[in-house]
Amino acid sequence: MSRTAIDYHKVLMTGLAWGIGLMIFFPILWTIMTSFKTEADAIASPPLFLGFDWTLENYSEVQERSNYFRHFWNSVVVSFGSTFLGLLIAIPAAWAMAFVPAKRTKDVLMWMLSTKMLPPVGVLIPIYLLFRDTGLLDTLTGLVLVLTLINLPIIIWMLYTYFKEIPGEILEAARMDGATLWAEIAHVLTPMAVPGIASTLLLNVILAWNEAFWTLNLTAAKAAPLTAFIASYSSPEGLFYAKLSAASTMAIAPILIMGWFSQKQLVRGLTFGAVK
Amino acid sequence: MKHLVSALAGAIAVSMAAAPVLADKLTIATVNNGDMVRMQKLTDDFTAKHPDIELEWVTLEENVLRQRVTTDVATKGGQYDVMTIGTYEVPIWGKKGWLVSLNDLPASYDVGDILPAIRSGLTVDGNLYAAPFYGESSMVMYRTDLMEKAGLEMPEAPTWDFIGKAARAMTDRENEIYGVCLRGKAGWGENAAFLTATANSFGAKWFDMDWQPQFTGEAWKKTLSYYIDLMNDAGPPGASSNGFNENLALFQSGKCGMWIDATVAASFVTNSNDSAVADKVGFALAPDNGLGKRGNWLWAWSLAIPAGTKQAESAKKFVAWATSKEYLELVASKEGWANVPPGTRASLYANPEYAKVPFAKMTLDSINSADPTKPTVDPVPYVGIQFVAIPEFQGIATAVGQQFSAALAGNITVDQALANAQRITERAMKKARYIK
Repeated sequence: MSRTAIDYHKVLMTGLAWGIGLMIFFPILWTIMTSFKTEADAIASPPLFLGFDWTLENYSEVQERSNYFRHFWNSVVVSFGSTFLGLLIAIPAAWAMAFVPAKRTKDVLMWMLSTKMLPPVGVLIPIYLLFRDTGLLDTLTGLVLVLTLINLPIIIWMLYTYFKEIPGEILEAARMDGATLWAEIAHVLTPMAVPGIASTLLLNVILAWNEAFWTLNLTAAKAAPLTAFIASYSSPEGLFYAKLSAASTMAIAPILIMGWFSQKQLVRGLTFGAVK
Repeated sequence: MKHLVSALAGAIAVSMAAAPVLADKLTIATVNNGDMVRMQKLTDDFTAKHPDIELEWVTLEENVLRQRVTTDVATKGGQYDVMTIGTYEVPIWGKKGWLVSLNDLPASYDVGDILPAIRSGLTVDGNLYAAPFYGESSMVMYRTDLMEKAGLEMPEAPTWDFIGKAARAMTDRENEIYGVCLRGKAGWGENAAFLTATANSFGAKWFDMDWQPQFTGEAWKKTLSYYIDLMNDAGPPGASSNGFNENLALFQSGKCGMWIDATVAASFVTNSNDSAVADKVGFALAPDNGLGKRGNWLWAWSLAIPAGTKQAESAKKFVAWATSKEYLELVASKEGWANVPPGTRASLYANPEYAKVPFAKMTLDSINSADPTKPTVDPVPYVGIQFVAIPEFQGIATAVGQQFSAALAGNITVDQALANAQRITERAMKKARYIK
């Protein structure tokens, strides 16, 4: 290919990537922009892109009406708590499956994945009753437990994939040097798998942060995270689009910023093993 | 980094362990709308009168709230002490014994002042199970200037024939003016509610006295054909995805000649801060066909106390405060009479100050013309005007609403939509053992 053709190809691909990127980002951008409009401007037809009176009124009203920081803190506890607890269970589980596979390991992995195929509403009442009887309704402990269980199959699967890439001989060498099982996992395997664990952690924090079925159904006032905060501004009878957008922007901002700073880790983790 | 992770883990552990419950803290589940949000802002008045009771609010979107409170009340979860529910839930939950009776509210509360139509919708076997916070019916909201331009005059009680004629005369597609905006979005609380109420005025009904679905009857065909022809001739484009909010936005921006919807919308479309047509809006009763029933519905967002609560007495005090005459006066003193929750008390409509509010009389007339215990021309075994008060209705009506929406979008014919509705309803009613 000539140099001009390569340049042309490069420009085309860059343009295409930007186009797709903007298309994916546009709903978020529109939400952020709507949050700075008045309710009347938010429903204007044709829609107003930049030529509107920017206002912070929606943010101040949302702040006044809701306790954002309590919801935010609940989201932090639930998403990081469930991810840490999940990792604590998943690292030994993935180690066993990757390095000491049994005859049915693949079946176990598939079975774990199959639990994700069940519609959550199908088990809402049994879980609700269990939570009621154990006093876990509307508690952060309850939410951490349920989100750990929900995301555990994904954590195990991701870690299993990373661990499979690590040569078993290194672990064997550690064992020959007298490392105990715990020392092998904690001091040899885990440090080597840090990039994989980090991307698993990030992805699961995002999944737990965005989880909006259990976090809405198992909470009332005390443990309600940001998903409930957003739901309190949606209404089928009344135009609250600007306030809803302000609440959404406040709810997604922390995770968006975290995703922005950790995008390298995330991309690396998600594409790990994809190209060999 | 290590320190940060440890600090975060420590803080999370502390947060998870902390959870003492105060004795007199009431958790109130409510919907997100203007009147309810206003009530939250005014609760200082209640806590000043009852310093021993603390209030905690859970505000949610209507459908999310419904799912949550239903799960809680059915399992006696006890998460909420006061719930905001509607006239659909009260007859079902009251019958099942899931709600605390409010018959023993103090005499000063004056139960007799509650509008009879609303009160009957919240009473089961002589027991009042919920106190109405605000009530609504539906009516015609129209543009006085466009009506005049079309050379027509809106009667106080129009017929569907007049609505059809006026809508077609007002339509000016080149200038994006559509004669009529009606709900088209699928959902039991969206198009199914509107069309069920409309069907009542055409002599149609969901079930006969033996619970047999009636969609194959002539009356339903007339209803749906009228609606789809009207929307095709005089409705906005993409009407099959328009619900209350979409039509409100269209009306407020001056694109609808008429809008038939909830009376609560009157305060929005006449508010000059949000509405471009605030000073050009007139009101009329929902249309009829001369068969003795109008196409208006009846709904009341009401406060009820679930049987699972441990604080029924404190909850009653709150319910009595929020739905009292004094609360209406409190709102009027702070925000003006136009912002008072409408449609619950006769004394409000007898107040000369409130009579000055432009939509007050029409709201009251609309509510008074609705009878949820006799919703249809022929007798039926159910109560409810825009719904049938049975637990299965939400699911069935959402599926039926999807058929109506598909017919409006032109994907299926009226006959196909009704045949599908009949099949869906029959199957669900057989499954629920209403019929064999």
